[in-house]
Amino acid sequence: MEPVVHLRAAVALLGRFPALAGIDLDVARGEIVLLRGPNGAGKTTVLRACAGLVPVVRGEAVVLGHDLRRDPRPVRRHVGLLGHATGLFDDLTVADNVRFWGRACGADPGDIAAAMALVGLDGRLRDVSVGRLSAGQRRRTSLACLLARRPELWLLDEPHAGLDHETRDQLDGLIGRAVEQGATVLIASHELDRAESLAHRVVELAGGMTVAPARPAPGVPTAEMPVSRTQEREASSPSPSPPEVSHVA
Amino acid sequence: MWRDAALVAGRDLRVELRSRVTTNQVAPFSVLVLILFAFALDPDRQLLERLASGLYWTAVLFAALLAISRSAAIDETDGVRDALRLSGIDPAGVFVGKAAAVAVVLLGLEVLLGVGVVVLYGVDLAGAGLVVLAALAATVAVAATGTLYGALVSGLRVRETLLPLLLLPVLAPVLIGATRAFEAALAGVPTDGWPWCGLLAGLAVLYAVAGALAYGTLLEGS
Repeated sequence: MEPVVHLRAAVALLGRFPALAGIDLDVARGEIVLLRGPNGAGKTTVLRACAGLVPVVRGEAVVLGHDLRRDPRPVRRHVGLLGHATGLFDDLTVADNVRFWGRACGADPGDIAAAMALVGLDGRLRDVSVGRLSAGQRRRTSLACLLARRPELWLLDEPHAGLDHETRDQLDGLIGRAVEQGATVLIASHELDRAESLAHRVVELAGGMTVAPARPAPGVPTAEMPVSRTQEREASSPSPSPPEVSHVA
Repeated sequence: MWRDAALVAGRDLRVELRSRVTTNQVAPFSVLVLILFAFALDPDRQLLERLASGLYWTAVLFAALLAISRSAAIDETDGVRDALRLSGIDPAGVFVGKAAAVAVVLLGLEVLLGVGVVVLYGVDLAGAGLVVLAALAATVAVAATGTLYGALVSGLRVRETLLPLLLLPVLAPVLIGATRAFEAALAGVPTDGWPWCGLLAGLAVLYAVAGALAYGTLLEGS
């Protein structure tokens, strides 16, 4: 099966600075992959490149069957990016924001209402201006915007940052549910305990912002990528195994 | 494109309504400009009447600079541009929607300033048809150009000072055309004003088409 994300020796520039200097990454449909690494390793740039927001200037970059080097725009409608910036309008209410971004992506009113209900924004918060929300509530509003567009590929940059314990659990549940419905998830995070417990595979980035070609972690008998969490469980021993880790070259 | 334009225009107007910047700051500022002109030229009432058209459009342009800065600022903050690019909204639709919202705000301000000119400068309204059409064409031209240049300077640290510096020279033909059309209408010789109105309509179409074509590139480049 064609991978959802296929990067091979991909180079991306931020200005003249090579933020990605030859990354190899393959992510299969239904997989949750954690990008790990120190600040400046290129985790966020990988997510933005996969979203078609940072141009890939060399190598191969195919996401959801779209060649990003040829034209990154067609892929954008199919991905959801939850980044540090929320993309919200402070003067508008939570409902206004979710409705605007939902309609912008072609979501119907039912999807928009369901997205708000899923993150608990269908109560008194729906009519509160975003400028008056806490950081965690803003994050939830962004998450509702992402859910409304029902992306095939979730790109989550530090998704647990600023969220309370309950909302983190809720987010993990939503990610799991999306994967069960066929979505693919790429997470960049420093909160390794929580993110690693979610991920099927861990890819480590560092220094030169390159990553080694995916290889199985010690003890994992097959290099084939798991298609879903269920499949991975079936392939491995009865007890939960740690995620596969690819280290930097 | 039109669906996207309506969506973006609705959003920008809703932001304006909720923030009340136009009603609480831009409108009082515009009226203040008219009052200051009146104070400065009051001893010579005839001069004030003669210059009313030019003073009116100068006040409109000052107000337009604020309205355009506000409009550009909506898409400046907190990852909104990235979200717009990800949404798949037609960039031409974003441009048309933003320009339409600016035009609606400007038309409201123009009505307010028109009342101010009549009250403060003692101008008799004549040639209403020419006044309305010239104002509409000039408003579209100003809104389209402003929206385009707002996107052009977006993301720059010096955007607030750079925007008027770039925009005012481009809007000079609009200022001249609108002033001449208004002068002819107020003087009771509208036939002299129609060529100027035609020029304004041409500029409006030119700026709107250029903006719709160029906005996608600016959105990608910012």
